[in-house]
Amino acid sequence: MLRSRTLLAAMLAVAALALAACGGDDDSGRSSGAASSGELKVFAAASLTAAFTELGQQYTSANGGTKVTFNFAGSQALATQIQQSAPADLFASADIPNMDKVKDLVRTPQNFASSQLQIVVEKGNPKGVMGLDDLANPDLKVVLAAPDVPAGKYAAQILGKANVTVKPVSEEDNVKAVVTKVSLGEADAGIVYVTDVTAGGDKVEGVEIPETQNVLATYPIATVKASKNADMAQAFMELVLSAEGQQVLKQYGFLPPPTT
Amino acid sequence: MTAGVRQRRAGGGSRIPALLLVPATLALGFLAVPLAGLLARTPWGSLGAELATPRVLEALRLSLVCSVGAVGVSLLLGVPLAFLLARVEFPGRNLVRALTTLSMVLPPVVGGVALLLAFGRRGLVGRWLDEAFGITLPFTTTGAILAEAFVAMPFLVISTEAGLRAMDRRYEDAAATLGAGRWTILRRVTLPLIAPSLGAGVALCWARALGEFGATITFAGNLPGVTQTMPLAVYIALETDLQAAIALSLVLLVVSLAVLVALRDRWFPTA
Repeated sequence: MLRSRTLLAAMLAVAALALAACGGDDDSGRSSGAASSGELKVFAAASLTAAFTELGQQYTSANGGTKVTFNFAGSQALATQIQQSAPADLFASADIPNMDKVKDLVRTPQNFASSQLQIVVEKGNPKGVMGLDDLANPDLKVVLAAPDVPAGKYAAQILGKANVTVKPVSEEDNVKAVVTKVSLGEADAGIVYVTDVTAGGDKVEGVEIPETQNVLATYPIATVKASKNADMAQAFMELVLSAEGQQVLKQYGFLPPPTT
Repeated sequence: MTAGVRQRRAGGGSRIPALLLVPATLALGFLAVPLAGLLARTPWGSLGAELATPRVLEALRLSLVCSVGAVGVSLLLGVPLAFLLARVEFPGRNLVRALTTLSMVLPPVVGGVALLLAFGRRGLVGRWLDEAFGITLPFTTTGAILAEAFVAMPFLVISTEAGLRAMDRRYEDAAATLGAGRWTILRRVTLPLIAPSLGAGVALCWARALGEFGATITFAGNLPGVTQTMPLAVYIALETDLQAAIALSLVLLVVSLAVLVALRDRWFPTA
């Protein structure tokens, strides 16, 4: 009898904690107008990880400690999450089709960066990969992003232009996973953004893809209509588009958005 | 267990504080509502068509191959390990048992990373496999089978060991006094006696292997027809084709239910 009472007390304590946690959530939602205590949730393409993390730190220090949390993943995954009403304030996609997928849920997108693609190989290029033609070699373990991932779609376009057929050993769920498999030495080559090769550090290096076969990946950004932190989201977007923001993106190897 | 004890327990069980019913109901709802959600969103009309697409069929076939393969590996290696743990006294046995069950509680993604560092092309063992035999495991169906066996084998080991500990060893002694050799006793006496535990272990091991995701995608990668098993296909489909993801999820749900039903006498004795 005593034991069951203790158990009941424990269960009630847990329930109380859970309720308190829910209450906390409501509070942060209500105080969203005041930019000081809210938390900005940015959904960004995996390839933006390093650049946006730095921009997030800049934003936090410029806005009295406002916390920015990032959800970095393949843009196709992020678009689906937003469609399923995940709590995003801002969405930065690695391609335009995935932004189009959520066009009814976001305000007008603006292009903020672009990037070309490269072949990523292990440091020192042990397999001597010189260009796209080498990727057709069946002895070479090539990893690509899955066809639904922007980087995978771009890779397919590039290989199509070069008329090269590649049989990948794996189709990774996001572009960072491609770099990881190459830097671990499990795969010999992959096709990723130039910026991922830069971010991959000293474990990997890039092999250039000729201009005529390359594609320019355009990155759009847009605030989410359902966001309770619209002002903060707008401020972060302005930071990304500002001269300082563009400078940070440039440092990580991004090109300016295409001028059309 | 005598009938008297059972009756006392049953009587005590009905006198729980009424207030407990609230969290208990919440718990039940918490566990059941997600399943209802899945069923509510299932495209029943097009379910057949969704499941008949080449991509889904391929994932189903591969899942079957990999999970059966993982059970095979577990039977071949795990059952002898269970015998060792149950029957042989050796120093550090508890440590070995803890090690055996580690992959049950280890996050599967961590298991996948560990597998890469051990059996990957640059791994401790994998490097040697590659140099000596030209065998590389990541990105292969064998790799997917190993990833599944890594997380699923403990279920078989634990169940088998429990069966061995619970069985009446006098049958083995009787067989021995009648002149049966060790292998004969194992084959004709021990294995038939622990068959129910072994069966339950196989079912659990298979269900766990079938559902394995983290270790597989980390160690074996994701390629349709080679390493993209059903859980991976659900995950990938979820990002682009919700209907296909729900259809695949439903298949996994039905299989899980079937395992539960098959094991009901073991887990939920009706007496």
